[in-house]
Amino acid sequence: MKQAFTGTLALAWVALSRDRIQLPIWIVAITLFKVFVLAAWNGDLTDEELLSVTQFYGVHPAMRLFGLASGPTLGAYVMSRGFVLFAVLIALMSILFVVRHTRQDEDTGRAEYINSAVVGRHANLASAFMVAVGANIVLALLISLVFIFNDLPVAGSFAAGAAYAGVGIFFAGVASVTAQLAATSRGATGLALLALGVAFALPGIGNMLGQVDEEGVRIISSWPAWLSPLGWGQQMRPFAEDHWSLLGLFGFFFVAFALAGFYLETRRDIGKGFLPEKPGPAEAAPSLLNPLGLVWRLQRGAFVGWAIAVTLFSILFGAVSGDIDALLEELEEWTDIFERIGGTDVMIDAAFVTFVGIFAAVIAIYAVQVLLRMRLEESDGPAEPVMATAVSRQRWIMGYIVNSVLGAAALLLMAGLAMGISAGVALDELGTWVSDLVVAALVQLPAVLVIIGIVVAAFGLLPRRVGLIAWLVLAVAIITGPWLAGILDLPEWAENISPFSHAPAVPAEAVTATPILAMLAVAIVLVGIGILAFRRRDIDLPAG
Amino acid sequence: MPTAISIFGLVKNFGSTRALDAFDMTVWDNEVHGFLGPNGAGKSTTIRVLLGLLRRDAGEIDLLGGDPWRDAVALHRRLAYVPDDVKLWPTLTGGEVIDLMGKLRGGLDPARRAEMLDRFKLDPTKKCGTYSKGNRQKVAIVAAFASDVELFLLDEPTSGLDPLMVMAFRETVTEARREGRTVVLSSHIFADVEALCDRITIIRQGKTVQAGTLDELRHLTRTLIEVETERTVDDLEKLPGVHAVEREGLQTSFQVDSDEIDRVLRHLVQFGVKSLHSAPPSLEELFMRHYGDEVSEQKKPEEA
Repeated sequence: MKQAFTGTLALAWVALSRDRIQLPIWIVAITLFKVFVLAAWNGDLTDEELLSVTQFYGVHPAMRLFGLASGPTLGAYVMSRGFVLFAVLIALMSILFVVRHTRQDEDTGRAEYINSAVVGRHANLASAFMVAVGANIVLALLISLVFIFNDLPVAGSFAAGAAYAGVGIFFAGVASVTAQLAATSRGATGLALLALGVAFALPGIGNMLGQVDEEGVRIISSWPAWLSPLGWGQQMRPFAEDHWSLLGLFGFFFVAFALAGFYLETRRDIGKGFLPEKPGPAEAAPSLLNPLGLVWRLQRGAFVGWAIAVTLFSILFGAVSGDIDALLEELEEWTDIFERIGGTDVMIDAAFVTFVGIFAAVIAIYAVQVLLRMRLEESDGPAEPVMATAVSRQRWIMGYIVNSVLGAAALLLMAGLAMGISAGVALDELGTWVSDLVVAALVQLPAVLVIIGIVVAAFGLLPRRVGLIAWLVLAVAIITGPWLAGILDLPEWAENISPFSHAPAVPAEAVTATPILAMLAVAIVLVGIGILAFRRRDIDLPAG
Repeated sequence: MPTAISIFGLVKNFGSTRALDAFDMTVWDNEVHGFLGPNGAGKSTTIRVLLGLLRRDAGEIDLLGGDPWRDAVALHRRLAYVPDDVKLWPTLTGGEVIDLMGKLRGGLDPARRAEMLDRFKLDPTKKCGTYSKGNRQKVAIVAAFASDVELFLLDEPTSGLDPLMVMAFRETVTEARREGRTVVLSSHIFADVEALCDRITIIRQGKTVQAGTLDELRHLTRTLIEVETERTVDDLEKLPGVHAVEREGLQTSFQVDSDEIDRVLRHLVQFGVKSLHSAPPSLEELFMRHYGDEVSEQKKPEEA
């Protein structure tokens, strides 16, 4: 048995050096994110404000979906706002790491090569565990320190860090089992993400169905919350009650998953999984057989994910509309910001201008992703055989542009509809809000089109720089966009850089044709430049 | 004879690197043309120029009567391409990719598709992400040969295939030729080229170094002769075109330039020939003669 682990330390060292960039980036990025989040909330809130925001999260069922209110302290409020998001990020880090160092090695054939050396059967998985657990502990300590430096109670800070590490380590165990079950690394990641999705949904449902105490600051969750590791992390209630004993649950399940992973590993062949790869269609559906259909097929999964997320968040933002006036009375600073962004003192309208604008910026990320896939197909090689067929370069590139534009338009429409319906129900004015918010969302499309135009032009002119340019343009458009420019108090010339600043501020203002037509014209010219340049240049394929 | 492809003085630069340097090549209609050269010699670059994926810097090209850059779409309906390293979409099945490529090329023959799938023992219901290199190559080969086209451009199509599949591939190419189609076969595998090709072009550092039928090229090189005689062979070294003479008793072996064989044989019979073995140069020897110095110098590989 001992031999089965021969070489574990050496492999752990290999894993660390292979991941010497990727893993530190995850850890540093998550830590920095936490630093910024705390900097944004710390110091600004008075005790009364803390009480009212905590009550907002406690009383409103829709808000409970994303956090568990445990009491009116800054630490507890930060945990209720941020725990789920950070726990998901840390779980992702663990899942991707474990799959990368187990199943993916088998797909690439690296594992075969490694296992031909003096290496025990379980050494690879054991080394992945060692590094994954280590990374989670380091990250947990860093996050605890961030809390402590923000003058939060030390015990609560460590409890919070432990809750995060518990979730991360739990999912390292989950990934070790899915890596044995699935036939490919893609499948292993997918199964683990499915588990993460369920773990994300259960505590939200449990908290929504739960009871809130008399003051409205502490939720007693219903049983589904207890079925998920994210739920256990919430129930540790750092900065309120610090239930350390729940760490035992994480530990127990990690050991159970690890043993299951080792056991399954002895029962299967390298490169194969327990779940057979399902056979797909032997013949293509007619809808696949053109460049547009091909891109849609490749993008479909991502689009569905985006559609679900956009719809859920839109419902949520629409649903809080009923309480917005009440909330903003307590927080005057926000009132000023909303007024500036929305250009109106009708708070509810100003708030929706802000929400719709933020959704448009996020949806622009989807549009850009579709276009960057085009570059990936070119630089990785699958574009080569396609362009060797009777598909012209225009038809090929239009497949991506049309998917990008229609995808963004569909997501905006979904956001407007979902937000309109849920706001309409909350405010008892269904017709008005649905039509107002659908229009509000759709008038953002020209701003997204300008960004699409810039990326297409970059793809034609500077294909090797298009990724960098695209993310830079998105970042600038978001930072100088009306919402952040408002918060950061940027001068007007800076705010004018972002196309989103030029979208009509519906529902606060009426729709004006000039900015829409101007942005459409800019987008069309940019796309035209991109297509012309692409038709004239070499295809930048991998060396053959 | 009409030409399927004629290339004259083709130049292609990548930045300051000259990938193709006044390269010439002629492919006749309805021949199987071997295209040989070491890694980085410019084979893939030539094919990509022919496909209109790269734009030439200078030179004349006639591809099926058209210009590969200007008439790309029309020409692509009449040709099929199998890339060197076949990259496919992991979430699509092999069958879907075959149909997609066929349709984008202008349609494919379902009966031919079924026959090719059977011949190459390819399971079309598997996702491309689970295919090995050889299976991905089979997807591209099936997609190409299920199409009704005049010209096949094949870039090292057999590098991932097992010997049985190589035989299936040779059968497929032979059939295509019999049906009047033209094939350009870029390869490192001499056995494939010797078995299939009517004519070959050898490229090195972006230039044509040899072109012609295999027989013609053999005339340009030496034949190895091993002979056993009754008496010791004298004066062999004095004959023109004789090289590397080695004697071991009455056994003599030497190399002779192909156009001097007749004279040398007349000389040999004076000594009472008991047995004679002559080996024409293999393609491999031809190739090594052109690249031997490069192999020994271990030159740095260039961009393909």
